[in-house]
Amino acid sequence: MQLSLGPVQFYWARERYAVFYREAADWPLDIVYLGETVCSRRRDMKLDDWLGIGRELQEAGKQVVLSSQTLIESEADLRGLRKLCANGEFTIEANDHSALQRVTEAGLPFVAGPALNLYNLASLDTLTRRGLTRWCMPVELARDALATLLDELQARSLDAPCEVFAYGHLPLAWSARCFTARHHDLPKDRCQFVCQQYPEGLPLRSQESREVFTLNGIQTLSGACYDLRHEIDDMRRLGVAVARLSPRAEDMAEVVNAFDKARRGELPARDPLVLVDAETCAGYWYGRPGMDAVQAEAGRLG
Amino acid sequence: MELVCPAGNLPALKRAVDEGADAVYFGFRNNTNARGFAGLNFSEGRAAEGIEYAHRRDCRVFCAINTYPQPGGWAQWSSAVDQAAELGVDALILADMGLLGYAASRYPDLPRHLSVQGSATSYEALRFYQREFGIRRAVLPRVLSLNQVRDVARHSPVELEVFAFGSLCIMAEGRCYLSSYLTGGSPNTRGVCSPAAHVRWEQTDTGLESRLNGVLIDRYAEGERAGYPTLCKGRFEVAGSTYHAIEEPTSLNTLDLLPELAELGISAVKIEGRQRSPAYVAQVAAVWRQALDSLTRDRERFAPTPAWQAQLGALSEGTTTTLGAYERRWK
Repeated sequence: MQLSLGPVQFYWARERYAVFYREAADWPLDIVYLGETVCSRRRDMKLDDWLGIGRELQEAGKQVVLSSQTLIESEADLRGLRKLCANGEFTIEANDHSALQRVTEAGLPFVAGPALNLYNLASLDTLTRRGLTRWCMPVELARDALATLLDELQARSLDAPCEVFAYGHLPLAWSARCFTARHHDLPKDRCQFVCQQYPEGLPLRSQESREVFTLNGIQTLSGACYDLRHEIDDMRRLGVAVARLSPRAEDMAEVVNAFDKARRGELPARDPLVLVDAETCAGYWYGRPGMDAVQAEAGRLG
Repeated sequence: MELVCPAGNLPALKRAVDEGADAVYFGFRNNTNARGFAGLNFSEGRAAEGIEYAHRRDCRVFCAINTYPQPGGWAQWSSAVDQAAELGVDALILADMGLLGYAASRYPDLPRHLSVQGSATSYEALRFYQREFGIRRAVLPRVLSLNQVRDVARHSPVELEVFAFGSLCIMAEGRCYLSSYLTGGSPNTRGVCSPAAHVRWEQTDTGLESRLNGVLIDRYAEGERAGYPTLCKGRFEVAGSTYHAIEEPTSLNTLDLLPELAELGISAVKIEGRQRSPAYVAQVAAVWRQALDSLTRDRERFAPTPAWQAQLGALSEGTTTTLGAYERRWK
């Protein structure tokens, strides 16, 4: 099984990306997704900057994919998208149908991102005939549903390798409104780039202090961190090709190492007596509410 | 511009037709449409009755099959398409690419509308859906400003339908998984958002509390008007302040924008609310019929009357209305 590093969902300062990817070059990763997928106002990094990082990662032996913006709203967004798709070097992860249009018109191979809503064989069949080389499962899909779908793909001999979002704050929604700017009482057009103050997003809690969601500009992420490190064996048995790890600002090297150990069968078994870390969740995988923190055993019984 | 009205059941369909809808839309009694609520929607027999009622009065009928077929469940969704085609609907409202392909190959002459759940926010996206599946019309997500709608309309290869009135989804439709994160069910998978089975109301010392699968969505002081705990419309705490951190409970109302929407060449305006009562649907349809007729008579001098605005205001969630994303400063 391969490990990928998803696109950074948060808005970091320029130097932070540079340091992060310099380190990532040495991590046991097979694939790295680069680019801004959330907000067109996050302009610290230009396409050329991403291409530069991409080349360095490629030299370090990583496959590099450029991820497109998920919510396309304006002509300027489309101009950026066209430039990205015409980069001439790296494969595109299409995160909306505008990107799909660009890559399929140009006859380019592409990876389908998690928000493209590929829930069934028929939609995968359509895109496979248009150049899909891999697809990331919708975050809300459960293990058993995926197993059914992978069986269907195999029965049809459809070559569509599957990637699963396996670690990080889950991308759950995109809006026209910027919730971080709203929190600061700023209009979106003059947001003063306040997202940069929150390298892991801005927690939204219930009035009982339960972390429910994470505000990240126009994007809403899960409050808890999705963590499927103990499901890696199961994923491999199902035929999942890639596990995606979504960057966090701190301790990402440890996360990557833990997943690397897991794929080599070297991760220590979880002590059933240890409570699941309250800040992690795995519910979706078990067909339960995504926020649920589920122990493997409990999940199977449920 | 065509007036497209919601039909959650047969009485609502009839009221919408009677009040002058140009088209009504409905879904079947299962998870194949985005209002998969208990007690709502149409059996095959009721649908046949509704279609006949509408067609006799020159009103078109669209069938929404706009959730995403789940693994192992293809037959349920494809047979919904077959059923709608056999019933003689005038168009299918679809979101899933697999289902769009199925409908295009099986029923090439039956018009396909791209549901708002298909998340097409640009003309490039519309070109994709048009080229691949021959869609005739698309419903635009409620995330675009009027200027952005103008750009889409200028280059769109298909007819456009926009939301005119009703509940306001703050997130790009079709790409919102917040509901399944809290409850397991979402618009895409089960046609639900913040499903009623997970809602709990509780009177406590600190006020009336609404919960969704145990998560406190809001707490109301005495005398405060309590709303349905749709998860994006609750009061949450962000960095020490408690407020409607995502969205207030308001409704979308674009009556003021009608002349501009007509100018842009928008083909249809859509009223949200299949979950609403027949009386609600009738009142909203009546106001919008008058407004559209007035617009047709004299676009230059069109102005919403205070009576229309008052009627719509009284029917709105939280009794306030907004232009939503159409208005740039809302963002």
